[in-house]
Parts: sequence; C-alpha cells; structure tokens
Amino acid sequence: MSGGAIRVSGLSQTPALEIEKLHKSFGKLEVLRGIDLALAEHEVVCLIGASGSGKSTLLRCINLLEPIDAGRILVHGEEITAPGTDVNRVRRGIGIVFQSFNLFPHMSVLENVTLAPRKARGLSRADAEAAADRLLERFGLAEKRRDYPDRLSGGQQQRVAIVRALAMQPRLLLLDEVTSALDPELIAEVLDVIRELAGSGMTMLIATHEMGFARDVARRVCFLHEGAILEEGPPEQIFTEPREERTRQFLQRIVAAGRL
Amino acid sequence: MFLAAIAVVVTRSPGWDEFKAYFFDWGYYSESFPEILDAFWVNVKLFGIAEAIILPAALLLAVLRSLPGPVFFPIRALAIAYADLFRGIPTILVIFMLGFGMPALGLDWIPTSQFFWAVVALTLVYTAYVSEVYRAGIESVHPSQDAAARSLGLTRGQSLRHVVLPQAVRRVIPPLLNDFIGLQKDTALVGALGVVEAFRQTQIDQAATFNGTYYLVAATLFVAITIPLARFTDWLVARDRRRQQAGRLA
Repeated sequence: MSGGAIRVSGLSQTPALEIEKLHKSFGKLEVLRGIDLALAEHEVVCLIGASGSGKSTLLRCINLLEPIDAGRILVHGEEITAPGTDVNRVRRGIGIVFQSFNLFPHMSVLENVTLAPRKARGLSRADAEAAADRLLERFGLAEKRRDYPDRLSGGQQQRVAIVRALAMQPRLLLLDEVTSALDPELIAEVLDVIRELAGSGMTMLIATHEMGFARDVARRVCFLHEGAILEEGPPEQIFTEPREERTRQFLQRIVAAGRL
Repeated sequence: MFLAAIAVVVTRSPGWDEFKAYFFDWGYYSESFPEILDAFWVNVKLFGIAEAIILPAALLLAVLRSLPGPVFFPIRALAIAYADLFRGIPTILVIFMLGFGMPALGLDWIPTSQFFWAVVALTLVYTAYVSEVYRAGIESVHPSQDAAARSLGLTRGQSLRHVVLPQAVRRVIPPLLNDFIGLQKDTALVGALGVVEAFRQTQIDQAATFNGTYYLVAATLFVAITIPLARFTDWLVARDRRRQQAGRLA
C-alpha cells in the first residue's frame, strides 16, 4: 500500500490511479522518463502533447500491455506492477479503447461485446447479452447488434469499442486518441459518448488531440513532453495561461492547425 | 487458343493413333473402372485418416512455435527442427523408411501393417507443411487484435482461441486446401510399398494387358475428388466474405 491516500473531510479516499516515477524504454529510446500522476475516483484527466511524447505508451503501461522498467503503478491502492500480479484480473478492471478500434472482425457487434464478460468474467451467454443490449441501447447501437464491424462507420465502430470496454464494468477507463482515426463528421458522436461517461462519474484518463473537448470534459490537463509531464493544471489555466514555454509552443501549433 | 494449338499438334503427330489406342481405349476404361475404383478407396482412406490427424496436429505445432519468451525456447526449437526435417526429406523416402523399416524392426508391439505406416509417414510430412501454413495465418493477424483481447482480461490462451486463431484459419483456407490436394496425390506414392491403392492397381493392370488407359481411370478418380473440393473451398471463402461485408456501403 502506498501512502498516497488523500484525506477529504475526514474520510480517507484511495486514489483510483497512482503512478510513481514510471520509466519505460524501447531499446535505447527512453519513452517515459519518470511520470508521476494520480487520479481521484470519478476524476477525468486529459493527456495532451505531440505525437511521440509518450501518451499512448503511458496508457499501455497502465493496462500492463507494456512491461515497465522502473516505478510503480497503483490502481485503487493495489500495486499492479508488483511481481506475481495476476495481469488478467487487473486488466478486467481497467478498460482501454484504442485509436484504431481493434474490434474483432470475425464477430458480430454483440459477440464483440459479450466475449470478455463470458470468457473472462464467467457470465452466462444470456446474462452477458442482456447486459450488452442495455449498453448498446444506451449508446444508440441497439440496431447494430447483429452487424459485423465492416458494416459500421468509423464512429459506430469506436462506440462499439467503448461499449466493449464498458461491458467489463471497469472502474477506470483509458482512452487512447479515440477520435484520431475518425473522419471529422464522425468525431462528435464519439465525444458525446465520452461526455456522457464523464457525467456518469466514470474515472477516465484520456489521451487526446481534441483540445476543445479536453477543455470541456477534463478536470485536469497534463502536458506531456518527451516522456515527462511538463505541466499540469485545470484546463482554463493550461489553455489560456500556460506557465511553460514548451506548452505555449505546443498550443500555438495546435491553434495554427485549427484544432483549438 | 493455346490449348487448341496443342490439341492440333498432338492429334496430327505421327504417333497419335498408337497413343490413342494406348491411353484412350474405352473398352479397357469401362472394364477396369470398378477394380481401380475399389483400389481408390484405399487412397480415400489414406488421406481421410491422415488429414483428420494433420489438421489439429499441425495447428498445435504452429501454436507451439508461436509461444513467446525464453521459457518456451526448447519447445520452439523442437517444433522448428521437426518442420525443417520433414519438409526437407522427400515424401517417398519417409514412406519407404517407415513402411519397410518399422515392420523390419521385428518388435511385436509395433504394428506391421504397411497401410498403418503409410498413414504415419504422410501425416508426419504433411503436418510439417500444414503447420507452416497455419503459422503464416497466425502471423498475419495484427498484434493489435491480441492486445485488444488481452486488454479485456482474456488470457493468452483465450485470446488465441477466440480472437487470433479464428481469423488466422479463415485466411489460410485456400492454401490449406492446396496442401490437402497435395496429400491426396501423394497417397499414390504409397503404392511403392506394395499397398494396392489406385496407382498400384493401374500398374498391375497395365502389366497384364500392356495398355495405359488405366492411368486415365486413376487420373479421373483423383480429379473427381479435387474439383468438388476446390469449389467447396471457394464457396466457403465467399460465404465468409459475404457475411462479414454484407450490405457494406460503397
């Protein structure tokens, strides 16, 4: 157990996620150079930064898809990077949605959503399908339940991917540039889903290039630069009066590209 | 056009009449057909039994070869050595070595049936080929598919079984059929052991009458199996594609 518990009005609340001095290299390239970050329960934090700044790698490390070189990651107080941790159990509680959807092309929408609840959580087919149908209904995908991913638009595919992650009832959701592979007119429907999730209290760590969205939905924004969190703060501060020169330069490039 | 030209050249050739009498004698054809068909059932049994073992065994071998990490190095090395060895040795040699060698050991707990050893030989050789086909299929499935499955909490085995292998196998159905046809044809090699299969039977018949029409009978029987099988595979692949892409816009 870490000593990172936050005291709120007499109640001790364990953070949903704590990252301490996380380092990760691919060969000689050090992608993450000592990341420290904590998320409270129900908090939404956005990671911004240029491509290659380490956003995706950080999310993949939290989901244990990448082994880390040094540091610790704790989820709801449990150190998931400790040796001997059951990675499958940890992953069942942490959802991740990828830029490229990664739906299973040989399965229908319903099969995509029910596979993990059935096989990893041991739900019966009937229970898994009932739960899946409730989620598909909630996100306007009920009519697509029998369709294969190839038939869906990019926006629909990404919403299915989010539903697939939610079907495992994760307490923490990681979103890795989930709108970057989408046509501009399809981005809104996916962002609406994430806004709804934020409203319902889902704890989320979101890597994104959508600055307007980050400003709306995030309680805190972290600017990653060359594998370190260079600056973090409330969105209004980061986007209007960044303290760091690098942050300012990054935001100027974003503005010039018409993304803010 | 090209075929027509060949047909003209062949039928105008000086030896055509003799050739025709030797290979296309309807009398011999219909007379020998039942006998060769009988022998052909031995081929059907050979490739039927062998294929039933090969398909799962080769899949297992391919999966063993794809196991990651240093822990599995010995298993990987064994699987690679096996595949290299049995793809390298000519099939006829494997059939000879097992078919004549194993019964000659004189161990009474070892089967002496040459049919049995023929099945073993074909299975050993084709499992090596087919495992390479599966392996290509497994490697063609993008790692992000496995990552997506693992990220949901599925184990390595569950990801393999429900996500990676179903996609891998679908992709390699045409080359799998290719190897299956190769196996069917190679059952004719088993005749060299003295097992009376279709090709061996034609040789016996040919030796009795000095007519070659029997070869045509055997060829007809082999083709009669492979053509429907090829069309069935085409249909299988097309159905799969339709199901995944049905109603897709543009």
